[in-house]
Order: sequence, then C-alpha cells, then structure tokens
Amino acid sequence: MFDDFFIRALVAGIGVAIVTGPLGCFVVWRRLSYFGDTLAHSALLGVTMAYSFQFNIAISVFLISSLIALILIKLQKRTNLPGDALLGLLAHSSLAVGLVVIGFLTFIRFDIMGLLFGDILAVNVTDLLIIWFGGGLILLVLKIIWKPLFASTVNYELAEAEGLNPDRAKAIFTILMAALIAISIKMVGLLLITGMLIIPAAMARNLSDSPFKMVLFSIIGGLLSVLIGLFSSLEFNTPSGPSIIAAALFLFILSLFRIKQSIQLKN
Amino acid sequence: MSSENILVKLDKAGLKQNNKWLVKGVTLQVEKGKIVTLIGPNGSGKSTTAKIALGIYKNIDGNVEKYTKKVGYVPQKISIDWTLPLRVNDFMLLTENLKDDEINNALSLTGVVHLKNKNLGTLSGGEFQRVLLARAISKKPDLLVLDEPVQGVDFTGEIALYELIKDISEKLNCGILLISHDLHTVMSATDHVVCLNGHVCCSGSPKDVARNNEYKALFGEQASQTLSLYEHKHDHTHDHDGEIKKN
Repeated sequence: MFDDFFIRALVAGIGVAIVTGPLGCFVVWRRLSYFGDTLAHSALLGVTMAYSFQFNIAISVFLISSLIALILIKLQKRTNLPGDALLGLLAHSSLAVGLVVIGFLTFIRFDIMGLLFGDILAVNVTDLLIIWFGGGLILLVLKIIWKPLFASTVNYELAEAEGLNPDRAKAIFTILMAALIAISIKMVGLLLITGMLIIPAAMARNLSDSPFKMVLFSIIGGLLSVLIGLFSSLEFNTPSGPSIIAAALFLFILSLFRIKQSIQLKN
Repeated sequence: MSSENILVKLDKAGLKQNNKWLVKGVTLQVEKGKIVTLIGPNGSGKSTTAKIALGIYKNIDGNVEKYTKKVGYVPQKISIDWTLPLRVNDFMLLTENLKDDEINNALSLTGVVHLKNKNLGTLSGGEFQRVLLARAISKKPDLLVLDEPVQGVDFTGEIALYELIKDISEKLNCGILLISHDLHTVMSATDHVVCLNGHVCCSGSPKDVARNNEYKALFGEQASQTLSLYEHKHDHTHDHDGEIKKN
C-alpha cells in the first residue's frame, strides 16, 4: 500500500497536520511565528550536515534547530537587540550559511526547491515512521507539559506564583518545535513550515470560543489543507508544499465569513 | 506564634533592576489565618514585594522562604490576548484540576456564577476582578496573595468582597498578603500592616501604624484618623446586595 508515492504523501501529511494543529495554536498564542521561522531556516544547516556526514536528515535537523534555539535563548538574555531583530539575524544568517555550505558541497546534487518548498516524491517509508513515531512522541510530551505551558501562556507570573514551573515548560516546548520542524521538513519545506503552523490555527481562532475547540479545529483545518493541497497538487501538477499552504489560506478566508456573521448578529 | 504557622517569610528582601532599587530591605512574614496588608503610595514597591514573596523574581537581594506550595494569586493586572479564546470556566481550571461544583461554589462566593460560560474578553473590569478572586480561592490555598483584588468593583461589592476575604482567611485558616489603597475597608480586617515607600517605612498593628509619624508624613493626618477610626469589631456582615446580616 505504501508503494504508491501519493499514499505515502497523504499518510505523511495527515501525521504532520495532527501535530502542527496543537503546536500551531501555541505559536499563535505565544506570538512565536517569527521564532518558528528562525528554527525552520536553521533547518537548512541541519540538512547540509546530514548530507555531509551521511546522517539521517530528521535527526540532524532536530539537533541543529535545537542548538539554534538554545543559542537564541542565551542571546536574548545577553543582548540589547530587540527580539525580532535578533530572530531576523539568526533566521537569515542561518539560511544564508546553509546555502553557502551547499555551494561548497559540489559533489552532492541538492534539490534546493524540494528543501525550501517540500517534495512529496521524496517521502519514503522511513520518513513515515519518523513522522508518526516522532509526531506521537511530540504530542505525548505536549500533553504532559500542557498545564504549565498553557497557564504561563495566559499569564507567566500566575503560573510561576502557583508553582507550575513555566520556564521548564517553555524550554521543553522549544525542543518540541525543533522536533516538529525536523519531521515535517520534507512535507512542506522549510520556508513554509511556519505557515502550516499558523494558518490553520488562525482559521481555528475564528471558529472557536475555547482553547480546546481551537486546538481541535486547528487539527481539522490542517488535515483538510493537506487533503485539498495534495489532491490539487496531483491534479494540476503544482508543488506539494505551496499547494497545502494555499489550501490552508483558502480555509482561513472561508473562516472570516463566520466572523463577519457573528459580528452582524451582535449588532 | 510558633514557626510552623509561618507560610512565607521575607528577610531583608529587595530587588534591583537596571541599577535602581524597586524595593529594599523588606522583612515580613505571613502566618496561617492572618491578614497582612501592604500599603504605600504608587511606585512604593507593593506589587514587587508581593512578587518577591511569591518567588516570581529570581535575582533578589536578601532571603525569601515559602513554606507552602498551595498558593492562590490575584495579580494587579492581567491581559488576555484576543488570539486566545478563554471562557471563565477554562480560566478557573488554569492551574488546578477542579471539579465542576468546586468551580460553581467559588464563582457563587464572588457573585459571578452566571458568567461561567462567558468569554473573558467580554467581562467588565469589576466582573473580571471577581473571576480572578474566585479562581484564587477555588483551589483552597494555604497562602493567598491579593494585589488590589477589588479594583473596579462597585462600592457594595467591594465591602462584600472584603468580608469574603476575611471570611476565607478564617474558614480555610489561610494566610493572606493583601495590597490595597483602600484604608477604610481594609484596616478593620487586617492583623498586621506594612507601610512601604521603597523600604519598610513602618509596620505593626493598624493602631501602631496609624500613630507612626512616618506614616502621617506619607499619607497625611486625615489617613491617620481614618485608620484609628476603623479599629473596632464588626458585629455584622453584608451579603452581595449590601444587606446587613447580624453575626
């Protein structure tokens, strides 16, 4: 059954969407979209490392992204640069350094477009295992840290005062983000991962009145985006990653009508 | 008072940020069943002192020791981002897994049980304040830290909520660290007053503090009289619409 590349892509996409749903909500709530971008861009370095040392891409990306995240947290405490400038600095320089390193590795043929925007043809059975086991692990850890992470998202001081240890939850969440990027890089590509996180969550916000509903709708939105995106990619021969994100955007726009309706009802 | 009743103890605690002392040399302790009130002008370090007591700041000067983990906190201000859809019910469950009747009970005590399924963003300032207080008491804490808990609450509500706070401290035998500007209502219930102005300007029973010259200099003669005026025993309580109930 997994011989068909399209079936493999679907199974991979569904796995990724289930994980990006809840994580994406936290990215939106905690205003981490640029942080997600930075981690994703640094993933390119991880990919070059994997090729250079004949290493598994997902593990290599996970390690490099985690490293960049740690550097970022250290730098945030030591510099006077505003947060967004620091993120921009790391995001673009790690992308640039990654591309420069690729330039040196002339003996390997890189599919740069595939790296940046995703490549369904490249998804093999090993990738599926990584996505589903890695994704399951990410969700399990997220469930464990949910209470402190969510409480500190609402109010850090309240969570700290009432003994929930929000700093530890935040550090673990950062590692989960790196892990998510590692497992989803082949699906949507490193330039579009943040879109997969934010757009379904933003759509879900328009339809929800509780955090639980927002997570649920975010997962459903992600799943629909993957299905619509992949089928239209097959139908119109468009690149898979951008098609999925375009489908997510389409759903987001639909969700805006719901908001309009509820505003009109209020008036 | 034996030491096992102490819930939190500050010893010459202070906090310096950007080379400026926010508050310095604060020594105080909160014991079970007692209400300690922090008073002082704006910027005198009341909220900072409360946060030091809660262990929110890491790089403090001096010592702070907290002997309980069951803490309820009402922060001075809290803003909920639009991106986070949060109903009162979700907010009540934020740091503790409560049963439904525990939630209802706490919300009824502060008079907002009818708002249970409302979105936090739609509440008025006073309603939100009542929800914050309900959340803090719902987990039956050993230590309650209330940073201006009745701001924005209407006048009769204010009195009822202060009565409730006093009631809770007796019923749960919990210690309360209270910050308030409202000398009138608070002082009758307070066991110990700490008057702050960047440092501890004076402390003691409401009566002692009212007589203190530094206190008079800070708040004026009028406030001193107010404080002494309210040293009397209450023989009645008020319910939510302000009706008097004899004890």
